[in-house]
Amino acid sequence: MALIRLSSPHVYKANSTANVMRLVLIATLPGILAMTFFFGWGTLIQIALAGSLALAFEAAILKLRKRPVGFFLSDGSALVTAILLAVALPPFSSWWVTATGIFFAIVIAKHLYGGLGNNPFNPAMIAYALLLVSFPVEMTRWTSPMTQNGGGWQIASFADTLQAIFGSVEASWYDSFTGATPLDALRHRGALTTEELWRSSDVLLNGVGAWYAVSAAWFMGGIFLLSRKIFTWHTPLSMLIALFLTASAFYGFDPDNYISPMVHLGVGATMLGAFFIATDPVTSATSNRGKIVFGALLGILIYIIRTWGSYPDAVAFGVLLMNLCAPFIDQYTQPRTYGHSSANRGMKGKN
Amino acid sequence: MSKVFAFHGGIHPPENKKQSTRAPISKAPVPDKLVLPMQQHIGGPSLPLVKVGDTVLKGQMIAEPISRISASIHAPTSGKVVDIAEYPIPHASGLSAECIVIEADGEDRWIEHQGLGDYKQLKRTDLIEHIRASGIAGMGGAGFPTDVKLHLSEDHIVNTLIINAAECEPYITADDMLMRERAHEVLGGIEIIAHILRPSHVLIGIEDNKPNAIHALEAVLKHTDLNIDIVVVPTKYPSGGERQLIKLLTDIEVPSGRIPADIGIVCQNVGTTAAIYRAVHFGEPLISRIVTVTGDAVRHPKNLEALIGTPFSTLLEACDVRPEALSKLVMGGPMMGVTVENDQIPLIKTTNCLIAATEHEMPAAPPTQACIRCGMCEQACPAELLPQQLYWFAKGREFEKAKHHNLFDCIECGACAYVCPSSIPLVQYYRFAKSEIRTEERDQQKADHARQRFEARQARLEQEAAEKEARRKARAAEAAKAQSQKTAVQSSEAAAPETAAPDAKQLKTAAAVARTKLKKAQKAYDEAAALNADNLAELEAALNEARSKADEAEKALASSASSGSEGGDDQSKQLKIAAAVARTKLKKAQDALKNAEDKGLDGVDKLRATVATLEQKANEAQQAYEKAEASGTDKAPVEVDIKALKQQVSIMRTKLKKAESAIDNCEDEADKTRLGQEVEELKKRFEQATAQFDKAEQVLVERAAQAGIDLKQLRIDAAMARAAVTKGERSLSKAESDEERSQIEQDLVAARSKAEALNQTLSQYE
Ligand code: SF4
Ligand code: SF4
Repeated sequence: MALIRLSSPHVYKANSTANVMRLVLIATLPGILAMTFFFGWGTLIQIALAGSLALAFEAAILKLRKRPVGFFLSDGSALVTAILLAVALPPFSSWWVTATGIFFAIVIAKHLYGGLGNNPFNPAMIAYALLLVSFPVEMTRWTSPMTQNGGGWQIASFADTLQAIFGSVEASWYDSFTGATPLDALRHRGALTTEELWRSSDVLLNGVGAWYAVSAAWFMGGIFLLSRKIFTWHTPLSMLIALFLTASAFYGFDPDNYISPMVHLGVGATMLGAFFIATDPVTSATSNRGKIVFGALLGILIYIIRTWGSYPDAVAFGVLLMNLCAPFIDQYTQPRTYGHSSANRGMKGKN
Repeated sequence: MSKVFAFHGGIHPPENKKQSTRAPISKAPVPDKLVLPMQQHIGGPSLPLVKVGDTVLKGQMIAEPISRISASIHAPTSGKVVDIAEYPIPHASGLSAECIVIEADGEDRWIEHQGLGDYKQLKRTDLIEHIRASGIAGMGGAGFPTDVKLHLSEDHIVNTLIINAAECEPYITADDMLMRERAHEVLGGIEIIAHILRPSHVLIGIEDNKPNAIHALEAVLKHTDLNIDIVVVPTKYPSGGERQLIKLLTDIEVPSGRIPADIGIVCQNVGTTAAIYRAVHFGEPLISRIVTVTGDAVRHPKNLEALIGTPFSTLLEACDVRPEALSKLVMGGPMMGVTVENDQIPLIKTTNCLIAATEHEMPAAPPTQACIRCGMCEQACPAELLPQQLYWFAKGREFEKAKHHNLFDCIECGACAYVCPSSIPLVQYYRFAKSEIRTEERDQQKADHARQRFEARQARLEQEAAEKEARRKARAAEAAKAQSQKTAVQSSEAAAPETAAPDAKQLKTAAAVARTKLKKAQKAYDEAAALNADNLAELEAALNEARSKADEAEKALASSASSGSEGGDDQSKQLKIAAAVARTKLKKAQDALKNAEDKGLDGVDKLRATVATLEQKANEAQQAYEKAEASGTDKAPVEVDIKALKQQVSIMRTKLKKAESAIDNCEDEADKTRLGQEVEELKKRFEQATAQFDKAEQVLVERAAQAGIDLKQLRIDAAMARAAVTKGERSLSKAESDEERSQIEQDLVAARSKAEALNQTLSQYE
């Protein structure tokens, strides 16, 4: 009888990182379907492209780093990164935009920092930010939702979309299928009040419903993850509440110049950010209280950047800025340990 | 039914308890050979009382406790001692330790034994002594000697006794079956403990997955008049952890680094209560226990009542083991138990479960992946730690940070490792970090110790040198004075210093003498200056010398006064502190009471009782202190006498002088004779006073000299011993594990008694 000596515990929950990632992947399905429905095949093609590139890059770099490729590849984290980036990109982005982004996300933002668990920044978001800064034209050429095209389910055909992504199409094609996003429209309003803008802008009149629907789909995915205890409510809820409250304050004070809080919650990447990006455990705060602080500050930052910044959406920048703050937040939000009258603060010092 | 509160975190692993509760408890066979480790408990190992070749009877004490925290060991059956040597023991380290091996003779003959009858008639200390002699140690897992916990009521107020029947670890059903089948023993044990500790409230904490045990307990509880409540807590690991159970039942958290008794709570395991019952009512020492033998590799999992020292192989065979299927043998539960490599390892007092697991049942842990900081460990941690941070710190050897993140509050329950999706062996990292930190601290302590010793020695040498110097000075001053002064009084006063080692008083005298000399020299100088004498320079030199001497003497006096001041009134000081502590405690309790009353909480009565007890305690402490103070003044009379006498002498002297000068000035003859008579009388009285004073002084000095005790040395020793005690106490409060604590506690007891002895001797001679 060959008995071995091991340290306790001797049983484990059937639970693995791969499982966690698999659930996250499942949770993105409603959002992906909604985007495909409203914006056409582009999203799916981007996901396929980004996913295969991400796996390839991941495998290559694991090989270079002399890690067991199959074992780490199977954790699914590269796929999650790829999907998050792919849904953030405009559906008709050229393939090289996507490829650059994935390369940056996987190779530089993730593995050069030490691989999964060691990356200080959310890889998808840092890649997105890089692309936005480098290719502003491509990155803001968002597809118009089919509701804007009038007459039923009118989207660009699959072949055309492939052509747009991998080859090139005439500028007029773009004109008929792309347009400003609601946030763009709201930003470049000129001298119009919010009220007038709503009446005059096509995307705000006809398109915004599609955005709301997509947001609702992401929200559903988020609730699913919450119910499976993949993350806790702290980050998303505090972020949404903070964004809502900040927006309400300004809107209530001057409704002509500021956007209603409901719009803030419903358009752009708010829901995607709240449930899929801000909750990325690697790069956010650790403790429950830390997560609340993280989420709340993120919500406020998003509002600030959206309202006064010069980029259309703010989730990526907000998340990156908060990633920077996460270690600091951690230091000041340690939970109160059992038997201690108060929580420890900071890094050093006597308890 | 009491309210149940909640603790943070916790997990719900598969229970696997059903398998072993189908069959009733059965007796395990008596093996041919029993191996009894000398350390089955926390604390010092026991000392064998038998030698190889001795025959022993069942229940005979074969090893005795050697320290305060230790337990005796008894022969589980009759037979012959065949070996006393190192054998593998059931311990996480996998090491061997001293064991007594008994070859059973198969007769199982009892030593004469009987119960205590009506134990309530006995003194409580005798009862506790009996429990200690029965070798009972906590049977829930840690194995803390039970008698030590029972003594807690002496210096703590115990208002709640908690009986831990939660048995939260998967697989284990020993306590469950015990309660189902022997609930009356459990109750009997509780009654005994309650008799000793006199708690106002007894709570039995039990998980809701043991309905049969709850019924059994409820049935027997009808027959008791104790204030016992069964509190059914939800099934959640680790609700049976002492601190977690306390939180569940009382909503109080045991402060970090303290023991439950500090907040008036004592916990005992159900198994222990049954053992106490048997010891008190039947005089049976702890020689057997109930152990769950389970796991997929045994065909008939069940609970066995087995003799301590039975090898695991016997137990496994009794349950029909399938050796080919066995892949892991776990002693204890799957969450906190340890695996053993050898099935010859014996059952000990703390072994509550033996899991013979198959490969399928407990597969090897999957390969470790990177921590994704998912926070699942944090949600599961019952101590509300940040396991992932601790893991990073332990991995990066950032022990300071780990400590700052309260690493030492980790109870190593394994909940975090259980939920971790990346299969990180978190608990191993914490054990590693803890042991590293402990090693570091021990080294640091050693270095500190060495430094302290060196400093103490240095200080002693310096002091000795200073004393020598002061003595020399005093002698020189005295010699000089003897030349210049003729009055008998002064010389007799100054004679004292030579007889014994100088102490503060002598130094005082020396200083006074030097001062007088200085004054005289000053006066002579002044006079000479006024007369413009030619030996002015000479006088000036003499004056300076006298001044410096006086300064030196003064200094020596001051230093000795500061170093020797903490002498005999130390005891009263301690009492004073005790009184103050008692007062603060009282204050706190009163506040709590007031608070509770304001809020109308239901614990008010309990608190009120606490306050009353505390009040009494405070009063007692105050009284003790006052008594000590009063008796402390007893020592004073000799001192007072001497002082009074001295005063008397000087008064006489002045009177005499006055009278003498009156004679000189007087012209009238008749008056002169009258005055002469008066002077004669005064002289006589003066001489009497001087003699008295001399005698008194002599007595004091002699007393010290007679005993041949160097007072100074004694004082230093006492101070050092006291310092050792304080230090021990401090490190005790820092100590984390029970093992460490018990070690320190032993040291502390020794240090305390030493300090006490020294203090006593000191107070005799002072
Ligand atoms: S459960 Fe494991 S992977 Fe998740 S944060 Fe804790 S240590 Fe890291
Ligand atoms: S082993 Fe320590 S850190 Fe892990 S859950 Fe238990 S108490 Fe918390």
